[in-house]
Formats: sequence, C-alpha cells, structure tokens
Amino acid sequence: MSDTRLALHFDGVTLAYTRGAPPVVIDTSIVAPTGAITAIVGPNGSGKSSLVRGVLGLMPEHHGRILAGTVDLLRATPRATSQLVAVMPQRESLAFPMRVHDYIALGRAPFLGVWDSLTVRDQALIDDAVQRADVQSFAMRRTDELSGGEWQRVRLARTLAQATPIILLDEPTTFLDIAHEMATFETLSREARAGRTVILVSHTLTLVARFADQMVLMHGGRVAAAGSPRDVMQAGTLESVYGWPLVVSHDPAVGAPTLVPLRKPG
Amino acid sequence: MIAPHRRPAVLWAVTLLALLALIIASLAIGAVPMAPSRAIDALFGRGDSLAITIVRDLRLPRVALAMLVGCALGSSGAALQGTLRNALAEPYLLGVSGGAAVGAVVAMTLSVTDAGVLSLSAFAGAICAVLLVLGLARAAGGTRDSRTLLMAGVVIGAFANAVILILLADASPDRVRGALWWMAGSLGDASWPRVLWLCAYVVVGLSLLIARGRLLDVLALGDESAAALGADVGRATRQIFLISAMLAAASVAAAGLVGFVGLVVPNIARAFGVVRHRSLIATSALAGAALVVFADLLARTIRAPIELPLGAITALIGVPVFLARLRRAR
Repeated sequence: MSDTRLALHFDGVTLAYTRGAPPVVIDTSIVAPTGAITAIVGPNGSGKSSLVRGVLGLMPEHHGRILAGTVDLLRATPRATSQLVAVMPQRESLAFPMRVHDYIALGRAPFLGVWDSLTVRDQALIDDAVQRADVQSFAMRRTDELSGGEWQRVRLARTLAQATPIILLDEPTTFLDIAHEMATFETLSREARAGRTVILVSHTLTLVARFADQMVLMHGGRVAAAGSPRDVMQAGTLESVYGWPLVVSHDPAVGAPTLVPLRKPG
Repeated sequence: MIAPHRRPAVLWAVTLLALLALIIASLAIGAVPMAPSRAIDALFGRGDSLAITIVRDLRLPRVALAMLVGCALGSSGAALQGTLRNALAEPYLLGVSGGAAVGAVVAMTLSVTDAGVLSLSAFAGAICAVLLVLGLARAAGGTRDSRTLLMAGVVIGAFANAVILILLADASPDRVRGALWWMAGSLGDASWPRVLWLCAYVVVGLSLLIARGRLLDVLALGDESAAALGADVGRATRQIFLISAMLAAASVAAAGLVGFVGLVVPNIARAFGVVRHRSLIATSALAGAALVVFADLLARTIRAPIELPLGAITALIGVPVFLARLRRAR
C-alpha cells in the first residue's frame, strides 16, 4: 500500500452530464479526511454517483476542484487519478468472462507500462487483496460462475489491489448477505485505520451509520447535512430529504442511530 | 479433459500444426498437382524448374497473402470485439470492410493500380465507414448495444454496396465483372508487391494492437471501470478503431471483401480459454491465417478448375458461428 496519506476534497464542485444541461451536483464541498470512512448518502438522483463519475473524469461539464492532496482530479489524466484513487463503480458486467485472479490483477493496470509484467510486489498486493476481500476460495473460477455476492467481493478485491491512498466505493454491499455485508464494512474499517481515505456511497443508512466516521447527506445535487452519523441521522432532516415518515432510534446495544421507515396510514 | 489453463497452449499448438499442413497442401494442390515432398523441395529451390516456378512465383505469394489477410482480419476482429464489448463485432459486419471497398473502387475507377495507393484509398473509405457507423449507432441508442451497432453496420455496408454499383455504372462489362469478383474476395491476383504492402500494414497494426492488449482488457470492463483503472476511454477507443480499420482496409485492398474471419476466430479462441487480449489478438492472428489459407484452398479445389469466391467460402463457415453466437448472446 502507498504510504502517502491523502484527503479527498470536493471544493465547490458543479457537475452536469452534458454541456449546457442542468447540473446534477451544484456547488458541493465535502472533505473526506485520511484514516476515516466518509459515507455519502441520499435518495436516488441526489447526485451521489455523479460525484463518483466526476472523480473518474466522466462528467463533461464540471466546475470547481476535486483535490486528492494537491492534485486536481478534474484536470488530471485518468492514469494519474487511478494511481491516487481506487474507484469501485456501482455497476459492472463483463462482456467476456475471465478467471477471477486475472480480473483482480487488472487492479495493478494503472501502475504498469505497455510491456510491463506484474512484479513480485504487484503479485504480493494482488494476493493481499484476495485475502482481505476473502475471495481465495474462488480465485481460480471464472467470473461468469460467481453469484452476485461473490462478484461484489471480487470487485472489492480488485479495488483493494489498486493499493491507492484513497478508496471510493459506490454501493459496495449490493447483493451481499448480512455476513458478507458486515465483513465488507469491517474490511473498509481496517483500510481506514491503516491510514487510507475511504469514501462510501450507500443507500443502507443504518449500517453506514455504524461504520462511518462522518456522513454527508445529499439532496437535489447539494449537501443537505454533514457531520457525525449522530448529527446527520436526524428524523426531521431525513424525513424532509426522503419524503417519507420515519423514526430514528438510539439503541445502546447497536451503538449508532438506527433508522426505521414507517408505514403511511391508510 | 484438458485443464482450462492448458487449453490456450493446446489451441496454439494445434493451430500452428494445422497452418503448417495447410501451407504445404496449398503449395502442392493446384492445376499442376504435385506430391507434398516435391512442393517442399521446390519451395527450397530443389527439383525441376517448372515446380520451382509454380511454387515460388504462383502459389507461395498466394499462400502468404492468404495468411496476412487472415492475420489482419482475425486481429482486427478481436480488437473491435474487446473495445465494443461485443462478441459479434467484426470489420465486415460493422461496415468497415464495405467502406474500404468503396475507397478501393474509387481508386480503381481512377485507374489506380499501385498497391500502396489502393490501400490508402481503402483506409480512407474504412475510416469514413467507422465514423458513419458509430454516428448512426450513437443517434439510434448507443454504441454499446449489439443490435443497434450491427444494424448500423449492415446499413452502412448496404450503402457502401450501392455506392460501388453507382461508381461502376458506366464501366465496361469486363471491369464490372472484375470489380464484382474482387468484391466477393479473391487471392487470384496475389503478387509479391501486394504481399509486401500487406505485410507492412500487418506488422505495424498487429504490434500496435498487441501493445494495447492490457488496455483492451480494461476497456472490456465497461467505461466506468476502464476509467477507474486509468484508461482514457474515448482516446483509447478511437485509437483501436483506427488501427483495426487500417488492418481491415489493407486486407480489403489486397484481397477484396472477406467476411466473418474477424468474427469466427476470436470466438473460437475465447471458447478455448484465451481471454486476455494480448494473447487473444496473437491467437486470432494465427488462427485467422490458418482459416483464410484453408478457405482459399477450398475455393480453389471444390469446383476445380473453376475458382469460387473466397468471401463466399468464409461466409459459409462464418454464418453458422455468427448464428450460434447470436443465440448465446440472447
């Protein structure tokens, strides 16, 4: 893993899918510190995944800065970005199945020249990622033989193999059962404790609140609330953002606010 | 049963042996049949002068041209399939070969006979076809959708045919016959200058594609994942299209329209476990060479002394593979 610690700073970022189109992220500022998990939450269409695409340089219309340390990712080459930030996109389907181990090894692609082969260090980072994502039992299988949950874990392994100071994951626990969902969050916690900057885009507010050091609630392309999970998980704020009645309870056994959506009367 | 990781090596060995056998068969079989040993002797300048002339001046350039056409089309198909994430993509079905044919026919109607100028003109036509197909597919729903892309390719291919027929409207019957024969694919006009021109294109194109093997692995994951792994998706896609179009155009300029090779060989290679693009492109080039030498041998021998169009033979082999792949894609 890189020893460099880098924070990710969205500084007054505005993003649109095409030039001249209405922005989907508007003048947004978020600081994701090193050694911590920052969770970005919010309803569908609130601009969460657009922030991820912004980091990847896939938003044609952009203003402001996305800083990884001092490097502005909105102006960096894709290769430079991928050496600083490992992104796990929300969806990915392979056109052609390949061996799981070969797929995870592609995590080292940003660091390899055209004719370079994997070095001993690359191989060690891949093996380490395989262990940390707990995919060693099917590392030799083909990707089209995996269940939805196994595929998510393999994608996490590829992201970890990139071994960058910053990790950005868009809905990493989709399709995972409870045990693997918890294991994924524990893995991300360990990454944060090791000094990495972990940013997590997620819909699972209650679970995220247990693991995140800070939460950012997006609504209509802007930050509606930001702070500790206890600050953001306020029933009034969440009700107005999600447009649904809910309660937030604080069970000492869980140690974090728990959100329970209510049924509408009638 | 062969272990999956051994299968690519087995495929390479079998293909190499098959190619070698096909080369010897192609040198031996023809209007003047000769035993394989006599053909091999003639190849190395031993034996009677008639056999040496037939093998070295007539049959060898034809076999060499067939191999190079197969290399160009096989590798071009593998690269196009990777970058478009679509196992049905190939230069012929995407209209690229049709565009190249228009370029070549334009040059022919201007009485150009130089192999170099013909290939450049075919390249220009292929690039126009690529731009039209991608533009049409994008307007109709997206370049990642198999059906849209193939439909755009078929439409541009039909358009290219219409343009060629218009260009040939006032040509002499002999010239029309010659052009139609060439459009159906033929190695009958094989010559060493043609071989050398195509060889230059294949060496450059194949090297550029193999150098982009890992980039193609990454592009095949989809735009977001490719960008996450450091690929400049737009630039890389344009580069690979350009190189693939160049290879297809050079093959069209040398041997006319030879379809389905770029579809068949990468799919067979993948079925044998060759997945990483560096290896897939090299395997497709080798298997493409074997396939076109085989198809040309069939074209020359099935109804000898009448020679069948090479493109018709590759289509007869390729269409069942296309249909089987289409069925799997559903």
